[in-house]
Amino acid sequence: MADFIMPSLGADMTEGILVAWQVEVGDQIKHGDIVAEVETAKGVFEVEAFSDGVIEQILVQPGSEAIPVGTVLATIVEEGGTIVSPTVVAERKQVSPAARRLAAENHIDLSQIEGTGSEGAVCLADIEGLIAATTATEVPARKQVETKTSVDFKDGMRQAISAAMSLSNREIPHYYLATDIDMSRSLSWLEEQNRQRSIRDRLLPVVLPLKAVALALRKVPELNAHWVDEQLQLKKEVHIGFAITLRGGGLITPALHKVDQLSLDQLMVALSDLISRTRSGKLRGLEMTDAGITVTNFGDLGVQTIFGVIYPPQVALVGLGKISEQPWAEQGGLSVRPVLTATLAADHRAGDGHQGGKFLDALNRILQEPEAL
Amino acid sequence: MTETEIKATIIAGLSQIAPEADFEELSPTENIREELDIDSFDFLNFLIGLNDKLGVDIPESDYEKLISMTDLISYLAKRID
Repeated sequence: MADFIMPSLGADMTEGILVAWQVEVGDQIKHGDIVAEVETAKGVFEVEAFSDGVIEQILVQPGSEAIPVGTVLATIVEEGGTIVSPTVVAERKQVSPAARRLAAENHIDLSQIEGTGSEGAVCLADIEGLIAATTATEVPARKQVETKTSVDFKDGMRQAISAAMSLSNREIPHYYLATDIDMSRSLSWLEEQNRQRSIRDRLLPVVLPLKAVALALRKVPELNAHWVDEQLQLKKEVHIGFAITLRGGGLITPALHKVDQLSLDQLMVALSDLISRTRSGKLRGLEMTDAGITVTNFGDLGVQTIFGVIYPPQVALVGLGKISEQPWAEQGGLSVRPVLTATLAADHRAGDGHQGGKFLDALNRILQEPEAL
Repeated sequence: MTETEIKATIIAGLSQIAPEADFEELSPTENIREELDIDSFDFLNFLIGLNDKLGVDIPESDYEKLISMTDLISYLAKRID
C-alpha cells in the first residue's frame, strides 16, 4: 500500500491547500495520472500519482485549510493488492481556483455559498456577485479577518519567493561568470526561418539560447544537478526551469522537459504551452520540482547582465540579457554585432569556476552554429 | 473596416493579455508594450489574434514599426482588404 501525501512543490513550500480530488475511491490510477489539485502560495497545481494502483481511502476532503507537506491525503493499494473497506467520498463543494482566490482575498467563507456552476460549483461570478451585493452592508458570510483560512495569493507568493531566496543566499556560496556572445549568425538564421513561416509557427529568439543551454549541459552535466545533503546529485535528463513572471506580480520557474531532445519547433510549442499554463494556473506538481537548472530571460527589458540567485536545491542559474547592438572586435577589425550577455550564477560547493567557464564557452560555440540546434 | 473597428479589435486583443489595463487612459502615441508590460510571448499571441480576426499576417521585420496604438491602427488599416 502506498500513501498519497501533500507533496512539496519546491524548497519554499511547507503547506498547501487541497483544492479538489480528480479521483474517487475505487478508481484505478496509473503513474503520472492527475490525482488532485493543490494550491500553494504560487497557485494551483495538478498533482500526479507516483505509482500504479487503486484509490483505497480518501482521508482528507478538499477545503480551505492549509495542510502541512507530508500529510497523508489518501491511500493507494498498489497493483496486485486488495482494496480494504473503501470509504464513501463525502459530498464536497466544488470551487473554481479563481473563485477560491477571490474569496480568500476578501475573507469570504466558501462553506456558506450556494454555487451556480455545474453541480453547484462555486464559480468566480458567485464571489463577485456576493462582493458587489454586500460591499456597503454587513457581510454575513465573511469570517473574522484574523482567521487564517487560505494563503493570500500575492502575500503568499512573496513569502514563498522570500523563503527560497533567503535560503539560497544564506546557504549557497554563489560564484558569477559572464560572457558576451555574438548573436549575428543565430539571429540571421532565425530571421530566415521566421520569414518562411506563418505567424502562428514563428520562433521567439529565446528558444535558441534555451536549446543551446540544454546542449551545453551535456558537455558540463555537473551544472544540471541538485545539491542535497552535502552531495551533488546529477540529473539524468535535461529539464530546464524557465522563469515566468506573472501579471499580478511574482515569479514561477516551472520546468521544460528534456529540452536537449526537442527540436526548436517542439521547444517553441512546449514553451508556449508552459507560459500559458503558468499564467492560467494549470501547472503540474512535477513541473515545479524536477528542473536541474533555471534560465531567466531578460531579453524583453533593457537589462544586459543578470546576477542571478540560484533556486535551491539546484546548483546553477543562467541569465540571458537583452540582445543589443555592440561594437565587436574580431580578427583585427571592428564592426557592430547583436550581442547577448549570458551569465552563470553557480554553487561553489558543487563545483568550481573552471566548470562554469567551460559551460559558457560551450554555450557560445553552440550559438555560432544555429543550424545544428 | 473603419479605424474605430480596428481599434476595438486591437483593444479586445490587448485586454485578453492585460485585463487590468485602462484603455481610456492609454495615450495613442505611447509605447504599448512598455505601458502594458507585454513580453515577446504575449506580443506574438496578440499578433496571432489580430491575424485570426483581420487576416493580416504581420512579418517579423515589421514588428519594430508597431509601437503605439496609432502605429498599429494605421499599419492594419493599410493592409485590411
